[in-house]
Amino acid sequence: MGTLDGKVALITGAARGQGAAEARLFVERGAKVMMTDVLDDEGQQVAAQIGDSAAYMHLDVTSEQGWKDVVAATVKKFGKLNVLINNAGIITPAKEVHETSLEDYRKVIDINQIGVFLGMREVVEPMKNAGGGSIVNISSIDGLTGMYGASAYCASKFAVRGMTKVAALELGKYAIRVNSLHPGGVKTKILDDINLSEEQAEEAFKASPLGRIGKSEEMATLAAYLASDDASYSTGSEFVADGGLTAGFSLDS
Amino acid sequence: MSNLKGKVALITGAARGQGAAEARLFAARGAKVVITDVLDQEGKQVAADIGDAALYIHLDVTDENSWAAAVKETVAHFGKLNVLVNNAGIVQVKPLIDTSVADYMKVIEINQLGVFLGMRSVAGAMKDAGSGSIINISSIDGLIGMSGGSAYCASKFAVRGMTKVAAMELGPDNIRVNSIHPGGIHTPMITQAGMDESVMTDIFSKVPLGRVGQPEEMATLAAYLASDDSSYSTGSEFIADGGLTSGFSLEH
Repeated sequence: MGTLDGKVALITGAARGQGAAEARLFVERGAKVMMTDVLDDEGQQVAAQIGDSAAYMHLDVTSEQGWKDVVAATVKKFGKLNVLINNAGIITPAKEVHETSLEDYRKVIDINQIGVFLGMREVVEPMKNAGGGSIVNISSIDGLTGMYGASAYCASKFAVRGMTKVAALELGKYAIRVNSLHPGGVKTKILDDINLSEEQAEEAFKASPLGRIGKSEEMATLAAYLASDDASYSTGSEFVADGGLTAGFSLDS
Repeated sequence: MSNLKGKVALITGAARGQGAAEARLFAARGAKVVITDVLDQEGKQVAADIGDAALYIHLDVTDENSWAAAVKETVAHFGKLNVLVNNAGIVQVKPLIDTSVADYMKVIEINQLGVFLGMRSVAGAMKDAGSGSIINISSIDGLIGMSGGSAYCASKFAVRGMTKVAAMELGPDNIRVNSIHPGGIHTPMITQAGMDESVMTDIFSKVPLGRVGQPEEMATLAAYLASDDSSYSTGSEFIADGGLTSGFSLEH
C-alpha cells in the first residue's frame, strides 16, 4: 500500500538529512529511488540499508554531464523516471553582504540554483516519455523572506521559487507538475554549516507557533504528497512546512 | 498516503461539490465525518451513501448557536473532534459599482464570518483532543484579484489572513491552521458564477495543466492537511489551481 506505487524517483543530496528521509519514505510508500550525492560512502550505505528498491550514484549537481549520466542510468535501471526531488543544497556561515566574496556567492548559486536548473532541464525528456511527472524543488523559507547574513542563500532559494513557476508554465502541457517546497528550521546536518549547535537550533525555533524545530521526516511526507497523484492539480506553487515561522509576527512577549 | 484512521472531521458545505468529495475521501481513508450544510436533503443523502462513518447535521455557518450545537453533537456522536474543513461558501460576480451593501455583506457573512465562527467554535474540542487541524477553503481569489469579485475576493483574502493569525494563536495547543486555494473546479458553484460548462472549459484550458480541476483533487489536498503527514505545516497557503497563478505567458 502507498501512494507512490509504480513511481521512479531521482533524489539529489540523498546521502543524509532530508534527502535520505525522502528516499526511505518513498520506498516505504512503493517507489523505486535513485539516490545521488557527492558523499558516496554515506549515500551507498543508505541505499544498501533500503535494499533493492534503491540505488546510489555519484552526482555533482553542477555538472551537466553528471546529470545526463544519472538520468540515463535511472531509466536504464528502473525503466522510467516520474519524480525528481532537487534537494541538494549548501549554506555558508552568515556573512553580511559587504563581506561576502564573489567566490562564496558563486559557490552557493552554482549548487543551489544552477543545480536545480540543470536537474529540471535533464528530466523533461524521460518524464515526457513516462506520460507526465512531478518535479519538487527544495527551496526554503529563505525563498519567501530574508535571512540576515545569507545574501547568496536567499538569492538562490528565491531563484528556485521563481524558476519553479516558469517551469510549471512551460511543462504543464506535458503533464509535468513543478512545485517548490519551503522547509523552515529542520534538524539536519546543514545546521552545522552555519555553526548552529543542536541546542541552539532547538532554542531558535521555540518561538515559532508550533514551538519546535522540524524533522526531516516531516519534509519527506510533504515531498511524497507532491510526488504522488494526490497532488494532480497542483503546479507552480509554494508548499511551506515551517511550523508557522512565516505566518506573521506577534506583539506578545 | 494521507491516512485519516482515528480522526473525526467536521466539514461544512458538504452536501455537494468539494465538501461532498472531501467527506467521501476522508471516510474512505479511515475518518469519521460530520457532514454539515443548509441543503439538508442532499446532505443526508451523502451521509447515507457513506454509511455509519458519516453523520449529517444542519449547520448555517453564520449562526453562532448552530456552531456550538454542531460541535457538541459531533463530540457526543463520535467522541471527539480533530479536523475542521471550513468549506462552505458562495460566489457572487458583480461589478464593484453595482454591488449593494446587502450583496457585499451576504458574501462576507457566509465566506468570512462563517470561517471565523468555525475556527472559534472548534478550538476547545481540539484542545481536548490534544491536537487538531483546521483547513480553511480560500481560493485563488484569496491570492489575486478577480474582476467582479469585490465581495468574494475580500472574503477569500480575509480567510487567508485569519488563517495565519489562528495558526500563531493555536500553535501552542498543537492545532494547525492552513488555507487551501482551489483554482477553477468543476462544481455547482461554477454555474452560480454565471458560467456555463463550455465557457468554463474554455477559460481553464488555458492554465498550464490545460484543464479544469475536479473536486476529488481538492479533497486529496484537504486529506493531506488533515493527516499527520502535514505535522510541521501551519499558517500557510496550499494551492491547487493547475498553475493558474504561477505567472503569465507572452507566447501566442
